[in-house]
Amino acid sequence: MREQPLNPRVDGWLRPLGGLLLLAVLAGGLVTLTERVTRERISGNQALETLRQLNTVLPPDLYDNDLHRDRVLLTEPRILGSRDPLPAWRARRDGRPVAAVLTVVAPNGYNGPIRMLVALRMDASIIAVRVIEHKETPGIGDVIEADKSDWILGFGSRSLRNPPSARWRLEVDGGDIDHISGASMTGRTIVSALRRSLGWFEENSEALFAWPSDERPAPVSGDP
Amino acid sequence: MTTQRPDYRSIIGAGLWWNNPGMAQLLGLCPLLAVSRSLVTGLALGLATLAVVTATNVLVSATRSLIHHHLRLPAYVLIIATFVTCIDLLFMATWFDLYLRIGLFIPLIVTNCAILGRAESFASRQPVLPSLVDGLAQGSGFALLLVAMGTVRELVGRGTLLADAELLFGPGATDLAIRVGDGGLSLATLPPGAFLVLALFVAARNALLARGGRHEASGSEEHAP
Repeated sequence: MREQPLNPRVDGWLRPLGGLLLLAVLAGGLVTLTERVTRERISGNQALETLRQLNTVLPPDLYDNDLHRDRVLLTEPRILGSRDPLPAWRARRDGRPVAAVLTVVAPNGYNGPIRMLVALRMDASIIAVRVIEHKETPGIGDVIEADKSDWILGFGSRSLRNPPSARWRLEVDGGDIDHISGASMTGRTIVSALRRSLGWFEENSEALFAWPSDERPAPVSGDP
Repeated sequence: MTTQRPDYRSIIGAGLWWNNPGMAQLLGLCPLLAVSRSLVTGLALGLATLAVVTATNVLVSATRSLIHHHLRLPAYVLIIATFVTCIDLLFMATWFDLYLRIGLFIPLIVTNCAILGRAESFASRQPVLPSLVDGLAQGSGFALLLVAMGTVRELVGRGTLLADAELLFGPGATDLAIRVGDGGLSLATLPPGAFLVLALFVAARNALLARGGRHEASGSEEHAP
């Protein structure tokens, strides 16, 4: 059975090519159709997921605007830790700015960059910080996750006045921030990323709220 | 073989047991080992694979007179990729929370050689109906193995069963979760545990076959046409 050609009727080159072409058209049509049917639900799901993440750092009763649409993309590699544009969301109540959520990357984690959401009041104090992506060592560096330890919760209501900017370091480095045992590098990169972001937000919060949504603003902190 | 009435019983038997893609052919191990960490994730990927292998078998069989022998591989890959993309989109639209957990592995179904294997060794030589049955049988065999491994690994590794069932069955299913013990042998949820559990399944099957006698065991080899 193996020896005989599977399909003796097909010969020449036009029919095989036509067959494959027909199949390609069919396949393309099927994918397009599925994409059309599912598109709306998928983008709705993604928006819900974004909102759910944002609500872990920003209590929903604080604002009344459509948060996940009131978004700008920030390109501030020296401050926010990534060359890619990072989304920031602006929370308003009755049209007035109340808080912002920045995506901040702590670039020097033990195993690569650590991505965080940082919610800030307009007076540049922290509402909450959550790590949303990291590759730190399980059991050691992953205590930065809110489900695993309270460490990240300790940043609530901190600002550059609490502790003063110069004391924004881990205890082992002569500062006031709790140390993570066994994962100094992880703690250090997060603390300094937060210190930089707080400083940037103090300077730029008004400008941040003035930008139109989803347009990439020109970098405000001039690269030296 | 093509003139006589196809033997559906042996097609189904082959998929579920004699020629099971995971336990006998040892194909598709990458998703099998990665996603069998819990019953719910195993079931989800099992169903996705079942859908892809069945749809692929049907389309390969239906277009078999259209596709030239030498062009069959690109044609199969095109068909499989099409169905995987569709399933991926449907998954994202229907079970988004579960998608966040195992979404990485759905596009990888395309690399599950069990599917290409069925297209090449069965569907390209058989009419549509037997191919449909073969797809369902092979897909179910793979899904059942995923569920069985997920059950063992979740039970031993975490002491739970059907945890996160609501991700698949909706919010009403939260109560389905069963907690048998507190924590467990975490080895079972780690990659080495996956290999060990699969090895135990294969060994158990071989032991059963050895007991069942030579006649049925040798029958398994003949199912690959």
